[in-house]
Amino acid sequence: MLNNIQEFYNILPLIIIGGLILVSLIIEMYSESSEKILPWLSIIGFLFVGIYSLVEVGRTSIVLQNMLATGGVVNIFWLIFNITAAIVCLLSINYIKKYGAYYGEYYIIIQTSVLGMMLMAGAKDLIVIFLGLEVMSISFYVLAGFNRNRSSANEASLKYFLLGAFATGFLVYGIALIYGKATTTSIDAISLNFSALSGNVLFLTGVLLFLIGFSFKIAAFPFHMWVPDVYQGSPTTVAGLFSTAGKAAGFSALIVTFAALFGGPHGHLFTPYLSAIAVFSMLFGSIVAIMQTDIKRMLAYSSIAHAGYMLIGLASGNIDGVAGIIFYLAAYSFMNLAAFGIVSILEGKEETNLDLDSYAGLGTRSPFIAGLFALIMFALAGIPPFAGFFGKYYVFIAAIKSDLTWLAMVGILSSMISVYFYLRLVVIMYFKSSETEDKVSYTASEIIAVVIAVVFVIILGLAPGSFIDLVTKFL
Amino acid sequence: MLTEFGKVFAFILTAVMFVLIAVFAAKLIRPARPTKEKLTTYECGENPEGSPWVKFNIRFYVVALIFLIFDVEVVMLIPWALVYQDSGMLGFLVGAIFLILLGLGMAYEWRKGDLEWARPKITPLVLTKTEPPEEKQEKELNLGE
Repeated sequence: MLNNIQEFYNILPLIIIGGLILVSLIIEMYSESSEKILPWLSIIGFLFVGIYSLVEVGRTSIVLQNMLATGGVVNIFWLIFNITAAIVCLLSINYIKKYGAYYGEYYIIIQTSVLGMMLMAGAKDLIVIFLGLEVMSISFYVLAGFNRNRSSANEASLKYFLLGAFATGFLVYGIALIYGKATTTSIDAISLNFSALSGNVLFLTGVLLFLIGFSFKIAAFPFHMWVPDVYQGSPTTVAGLFSTAGKAAGFSALIVTFAALFGGPHGHLFTPYLSAIAVFSMLFGSIVAIMQTDIKRMLAYSSIAHAGYMLIGLASGNIDGVAGIIFYLAAYSFMNLAAFGIVSILEGKEETNLDLDSYAGLGTRSPFIAGLFALIMFALAGIPPFAGFFGKYYVFIAAIKSDLTWLAMVGILSSMISVYFYLRLVVIMYFKSSETEDKVSYTASEIIAVVIAVVFVIILGLAPGSFIDLVTKFL
Repeated sequence: MLTEFGKVFAFILTAVMFVLIAVFAAKLIRPARPTKEKLTTYECGENPEGSPWVKFNIRFYVVALIFLIFDVEVVMLIPWALVYQDSGMLGFLVGAIFLILLGLGMAYEWRKGDLEWARPKITPLVLTKTEPPEEKQEKELNLGE
């Protein structure tokens, strides 16, 4: 347990989120006006934990008998998860009522999923990764099917559950094989003995199965089939959470397990596998997204492509790649969250207004929202002044430093393809006249959430150096 | 040479082959004259009463839910009860936190009314399909003609 009071301060973010869950449960039990209290309580809790993580970022330590790391990169991940979740809660206040599925558990389950993500990012032990992954995933399965009266939501939930459980099976089998050879689940001990262990076929099979399990979670190419259906069927704000914080959590677990190898003799051991799925994810996501007519499916395929770009950083196997991924994740989280936020604002009752054609004439109907959306599309496509460009830039530079220039070339090619479908939406919004002249109605909380995300995208794009310096300081 | 596990594996292989060979040999040798009586499901000599695929009432779910809570509680508490005295106050607190969490979950279910046996208020779940109503009308008209 806790050896001293300092350990308590280091894991305070986890304790606060845990306490928040219990307090929210009690409020939901006894308060008549929990619908008004819970979102704001969640937002305040997430913001406090996020800011606390940022303030305490310099205090690196390993706590709870070598089970959990805090400080440094871990706290940066905690910051990303919590700010993302706070924005999702702010978006949900109005959306979840419009969607017709408000139950008090909504915000509580978002809190539990964030707790799982935070455990994954801080894990120093394979068992803790598994624990965090399950806490996160099971919360996600429930969130996906939140409107239990709608068959598309049920389909999304069931599909996500079955494939997610299947992926978890791969992961646990991989951990079992790793344990069988290494006789420990401590990540540090395994990384230390990696040279001795890496000759063993069963151990390498275990590590590959571990990678495959996480390829499901981050939605990389051969394991992506659940993504479009789940994003389409689940509530739009929840899909925003899956594609940002969920993906960041998957990458954080990959980083805590593999970062210790980078720079060493075995840093490039898994480069063939990682670069193969990176190439296929990028190209498949970008090309198939062109054919989509539903905005949520388009964003789903674009998220597969973005998983590919981030995998380039992992494939390059050096510290620059890891820093690049973390920057990319932060930038991508805010970009995608803003995109899903605008989709949730424009979405009508009963899943209407999700066709690309329903965005026609948005430039005249609602210039402000159209402007924000166009900016986000430019950022997602990787046009220079925004955060998306610098995310790709850092990742590609890392690949070139590791003599993987061809991989960076494929990445550039794929982002050129992706410009087509991102900018097509801008063209539809501004140059296509619509049949309706309806103004878009939105509430203050929704538009504030989107504006906050957009501001982060612009800040990360204008001053990428300060964030990347913060990350590289702790690697 | 066989490894330690190799010997076990040889046993497993022998066991599997023994069953497979016995089944296939029996299939080759035995006479096969199926009648209707022989092909019915065996229910202790009685005539089968309908299909076993009956629907259970959803309310039995409550029993499963309660079982889940207390089953996990028992599994976790028995090892804890054996050793908690060695850890002193800390051991007691760990168990207490676990019980508080479980109790809170139980209280939540109770308060939300999920443990009540008969709940006539709730209407059965209907899955809505996103089929436009106009088509439905046309279909009905066609049927009428």
